[in-house]
Amino acid sequence: MNFLALIGSVVLGFLSHIGRLTLFTGEALSHCVRPPLYPRMIARQMIDIGYYSLPVVGLTAIFSGMVLALQSYTGFARFAAGSENAVANVVVVSLTRELGPVLAGLMVAGRIGASMAAEIGTMRVTEQIDALTTLSTNPFKYLIVPRLIAGLLMLPLLVLVADIIGVFGGFVVSVYKLGFNPAAYITNSYDFMKPLDVISGLVKAGVFGFIIALMGCYAGYHSKGGAQGVGAATTNAVVSSSILILTFNYIITELFFGT
Amino acid sequence: MSEAPKIRLRDVKKAFGRKIVLAGVDLDVAKGESVVVIGGSGTGKSVLIKSILGILLADSGVIEVDGEDVTQTLAAAREATNRKFGMLFQGAALFDSLPVWENVAFGLIQREHLNRAQAKERAVDTLAKVGLSADVAELSPSELSGGMQKRVGLARAIAGNPEIIFFDEPTTGLDPIMADVINDLIISCVKQQGITALSITHDMHSARKIGDRITMLYEGKLIWNGAAKDVDNCGNPFVEQFVKGNAEGPIKMQVRR
Repeated sequence: MNFLALIGSVVLGFLSHIGRLTLFTGEALSHCVRPPLYPRMIARQMIDIGYYSLPVVGLTAIFSGMVLALQSYTGFARFAAGSENAVANVVVVSLTRELGPVLAGLMVAGRIGASMAAEIGTMRVTEQIDALTTLSTNPFKYLIVPRLIAGLLMLPLLVLVADIIGVFGGFVVSVYKLGFNPAAYITNSYDFMKPLDVISGLVKAGVFGFIIALMGCYAGYHSKGGAQGVGAATTNAVVSSSILILTFNYIITELFFGT
Repeated sequence: MSEAPKIRLRDVKKAFGRKIVLAGVDLDVAKGESVVVIGGSGTGKSVLIKSILGILLADSGVIEVDGEDVTQTLAAAREATNRKFGMLFQGAALFDSLPVWENVAFGLIQREHLNRAQAKERAVDTLAKVGLSADVAELSPSELSGGMQKRVGLARAIAGNPEIIFFDEPTTGLDPIMADVINDLIISCVKQQGITALSITHDMHSARKIGDRITMLYEGKLIWNGAAKDVDNCGNPFVEQFVKGNAEGPIKMQVRR
């Protein structure tokens, strides 16, 4: 194959992939607003995504908050005296705007995106999705829509919890290791934080949750070729959702805070 | 005037890229009849069934169910047509996230909107029809043997009282005794209830036993069609080679040496 043909083939493959993903997203969204919905499946997915992700997201958030406080303190100490007092502000803004949604998104992409791709991929290669069709049950409504809705709703809740735990981590390090006044730390955090900081983080979380569920479902739904195909689908789901999370993180930040 | 066929296929074609799988299939299945499609692995038997079910879209041709061309129907109407169908998949295709009873009752809950208690009762009754006790109802599909999974798959297929059942390799992977048990169950479930059945298999013992009529798919076309009792002496060299399982004959297997 000559070089130009190779480039053409890669570009066409990429465009066809984008086209299929767009059609998949459109069909999934159209089923989100048309009955029947499956409340039982939605509840199950909400528990899977929200409740069972709490430990991993909580641990990530608390250590991120702790490290952030420590690094900010030692970093600021190099500059003007007294600038260490900005630690509380840096911790709360960084966590609510960026670290909370991005870290929670990436952790949930690894945990939930992979499991969605593996579960739906296995259902695909073992003909369980075909079986749904023969039982007059639309696979989009039964499998994809509950995951999209759960992802969209649960990620913001997880991020809200992550924000609180992360700020608490920063508080613990600042007060018990760096000797800050607890009341002053809390006042500083509260006064400096604006509603938009939290809102922008929650909007990001909703978008990230949708992306994780979408990419997990898409990769699983189109998997083929047995165990190897399911493995590839799992990898694709995590990699593509992680890249999209970072891309959309920039886009949303630009929309909220771009000058 | 004879009754219109329950399933009618005319010039159905399906290709995947350059590979032509169905090259113009014509088939009639009468109401209450059991037709078995035989053919080697990879000849398109599963594609044929999946095209009728709407899981795959045929490239061209007519597929009629009760006189209605289902290739032209919209998705919602297609779901309504699928209510007439039951299907036993080759690997049973049980939902491994649900217990056995919920697998069997799936169609009853989703299609007939029975409450869970009523659906469970019906599921246990249906499991009894395929020789499985109520204890099995609470198990997970992964806890069942291959033969039991097929029986649960059969129970799921018949639970909604379908008018038409498709069997995809119903006895593949089972020992001869369990295969015969499944054949007997198919006969008792299908023939006694007057259900129309379309099966695909390469197990000739099963084909002779469960089929009223046998037809052979080769290179995308149905090359022979006749009564099950005539399959051994049909005079078609392709069918005779397949039935006798001879390596020598007009069907050449592509084997690299």
